[in-house]
Amino acid sequence: MAGKSNKTLPPQVLTANQLFDGDVVYWREDGTWAQDLPDAFIFEAGAGIEAALVRAEADVEASKILDPYMFAVSIDEGIIHPSSVRETIRAKGPTVRLDLGKQAA
Amino acid sequence: MALIKNGAFADDTWIDANDNEALTDQATVVSLHRWQSETDVLKSRNAPLGLRLDAGESPEAIADDIDQFDLIKLNFPAFKDGRAYSYARMLRQRYGYTRELRATGNVLRSQLQFMHRVGFDAFEVDERITPEVYAEEVSRLHEVYQPSVDDEHPVFEKRVKK
Amino acid sequence: MYRYDEFDASLVKDRVDQFRDQVALRISGEITEDEFKPLRLMNGLYLQLHAYMLRVAIPYGTFDSRQMRMLAHIADKYDKGYGHFTTRQNIQYNWPKLDEVPDILRDLATVEMHAIQTSGNCIRNVTSDQYAGAAKDEIEDPRPWCEMIRQWSSFHPEFSFLPRKFKIAVTGAAHDRAAIQVHDIGATLTHNDNGETGFTIYVGGGLGRTPMLGKKIRDFVPRAELLAYLEAVMRVYNMHGRRDNLYKARIKILVHEIGAEEMIRLVDAEYEDIQKNGALGLPEEEIARILNYFAPPAFEPLDETDTSYAEKLNGDLAFANWAKTNIAEHKAPGYAIVNLSLKPIGDIPGDISAEQMYAVADLAERYSFDEIRATHEQNLTLPHVKQSDLYELWQKLTDQGLATPNIGLASDIIACPGLDYCNLANARSIPLAQEISNRFADLDRQHNVGPLKIKISGCINACGHHHVGHIGILGVDRKGKEYYQISLGGSADENTSVGKILGPSFDEHSITDAVETVVNTYLGLREDGETFLAAVGRVGLEPFKEALYGTD
Ligand code: SF4
Repeated sequence: MAGKSNKTLPPQVLTANQLFDGDVVYWREDGTWAQDLPDAFIFEAGAGIEAALVRAEADVEASKILDPYMFAVSIDEGIIHPSSVRETIRAKGPTVRLDLGKQAA
Repeated sequence: MALIKNGAFADDTWIDANDNEALTDQATVVSLHRWQSETDVLKSRNAPLGLRLDAGESPEAIADDIDQFDLIKLNFPAFKDGRAYSYARMLRQRYGYTRELRATGNVLRSQLQFMHRVGFDAFEVDERITPEVYAEEVSRLHEVYQPSVDDEHPVFEKRVKK
Repeated sequence: MYRYDEFDASLVKDRVDQFRDQVALRISGEITEDEFKPLRLMNGLYLQLHAYMLRVAIPYGTFDSRQMRMLAHIADKYDKGYGHFTTRQNIQYNWPKLDEVPDILRDLATVEMHAIQTSGNCIRNVTSDQYAGAAKDEIEDPRPWCEMIRQWSSFHPEFSFLPRKFKIAVTGAAHDRAAIQVHDIGATLTHNDNGETGFTIYVGGGLGRTPMLGKKIRDFVPRAELLAYLEAVMRVYNMHGRRDNLYKARIKILVHEIGAEEMIRLVDAEYEDIQKNGALGLPEEEIARILNYFAPPAFEPLDETDTSYAEKLNGDLAFANWAKTNIAEHKAPGYAIVNLSLKPIGDIPGDISAEQMYAVADLAERYSFDEIRATHEQNLTLPHVKQSDLYELWQKLTDQGLATPNIGLASDIIACPGLDYCNLANARSIPLAQEISNRFADLDRQHNVGPLKIKISGCINACGHHHVGHIGILGVDRKGKEYYQISLGGSADENTSVGKILGPSFDEHSITDAVETVVNTYLGLREDGETFLAAVGRVGLEPFKEALYGTD
């Protein structure tokens, strides 16, 4: 599916953890990393994923980030909703400590 | 790839022979398989002989032939595969092997002290490991808790002496 | 308690310096993450969902006020003001920054603590009975032997790249509070017919994907030979343990595949050889030196029962309720073992704030000969408290929220961090523990239900020991949603057993109801004085299945 569009794929977001503090980050269109999910670039129908992963891999090699990967989201009225509980928790923070993580800021 | 032997860069004068290659009269390292299938020929050969053992090939297989080898290479297929630490210690301690014991494969700088402690005296390393790095890493921990095959005295011995 | 001498201190310092260099190499990009990962893991540093997590060792669960204050200091200075006690008698911090970890380790070293080998495929922090040195049913204190094992296993040159992690537990009492049969090696201290001290050795126990109970492979290893024998087991495992499949790499699979007989043969052969060539017998002087550190504190000669304590028990119901569950019998007359519950109703199991840590440190100093224990049930223990001090101590613990009277009851739940923090999780554990705790908040109800161990793991790695819970709960993932599977009848004491799975899993909205149904079913069918575990043993799963899933 390299670079080509595939109508059956859900929208996706590219994420990683920052090397120096492990914080969750999201890929922006310009190739920098955002702290918050609303700032993430949305890959529609698989387009552009491969190129982005190559650039992310370069950031791994440059010791900026760790373990980049894509995850599925759905978009509702312009708001990005991760499709899994795991990604929802990564985007916000522990559900049992609302005073901690991104949700606290 | 470079060879560090007893703490200094050294030339590697050995040829690594694969199992089908005709042997010359140069110092040559063979696999366990070749040793086992051509034991008599190899024994009668008039040149230094070395042996490669991969992870999973215990030195028990050559326990009675230790004197035949001037070099034994133990391979680390991945740095996580720690079997060769036991092999090295057995070779030194149980089978009394005294000649060159060389670590090959995935050898990391952080592992040099442990490798040295179990009896390795030569290391095939990547270009990031120089004799200076080697010297620093091999004496990282100044005390040891357990006896092994190096000259270090474990702290329980030092305590008793005090 | 053990105290470092210059040798121990030197080793820990070298390790801190080494890790500082390794972190610098990583940050500068000189070494890759693939190369760094095993190094950070050897120092207890994981990458979790939101941040790094640092696991600090509390060897065999024993520590003191000075160390507890340092743990509090670290929580405040480098983390977010709290720590989490685990089921392996360790403490975890959830938010350290990579470049600050060397400083944390340096600070820990000033109080003889470290994070060495709290993760990675090496011999992990050795665990023991939280009541060691205090329990009435104890044969001998197991901790000196734990300390000898700690030293021997630290930076072991031969056994630092094992097929998989390796856990050793040691107990010295008749009642097994260290769950030795679910460890890679379990050692039980015992006396032979001549009254000599030695160890019975079990090998190949473990939870996780394939839960198995340890097999006895030696009745008696003389105490001076313990390390030589362990070394033999380790060598067999290092050479023969499977390395082709992560899920089959633990020693339990090796023992299972080759059989206990063959395992014994291999270990005995190594053992014999090590005795000949290895020189690992510990000198008697060294054994005596370490034993000496664990000499009992200077207990006052007291009556078996303190009269003021007895009076308070009669006069104050809340105190009596607390004493009923949170106090255990001490071997010295007039003393008691006090458990501090880290399971307030509806709160996070095992979490403790820096402020509470400071308070516990003060109380340990004042009331318990400066000793604290971390338990594998994620609580704390003050092991040596005078009965006459119990009432005052209870009041102070109450002020700190550390006197929830629920040890061993339904709300004393073990829960791993689960999907709120853990990278490997399928489902959350903590919110479920909170919900169940709230459901069973009523103390009369908990007493009516009686002893009940509920244990929750967020994935098959079983950090929450769900297999050995009377009620075990395992989080599973179904298409990105959280589901929970119930098992019944597990136990981790001297009659260790692995629980049996009841049936299809429940979603997050129905799991607490399901647990309640299980408990109510038990209440309906129990015979006089029969505990939950005994009842499940008697009637099997059927009545519970019927109550949950109906008949078909
Ligand atoms: S059991 Fe699984 S989810 Fe829970 S802490 Fe362990 S690895 Fe994480």
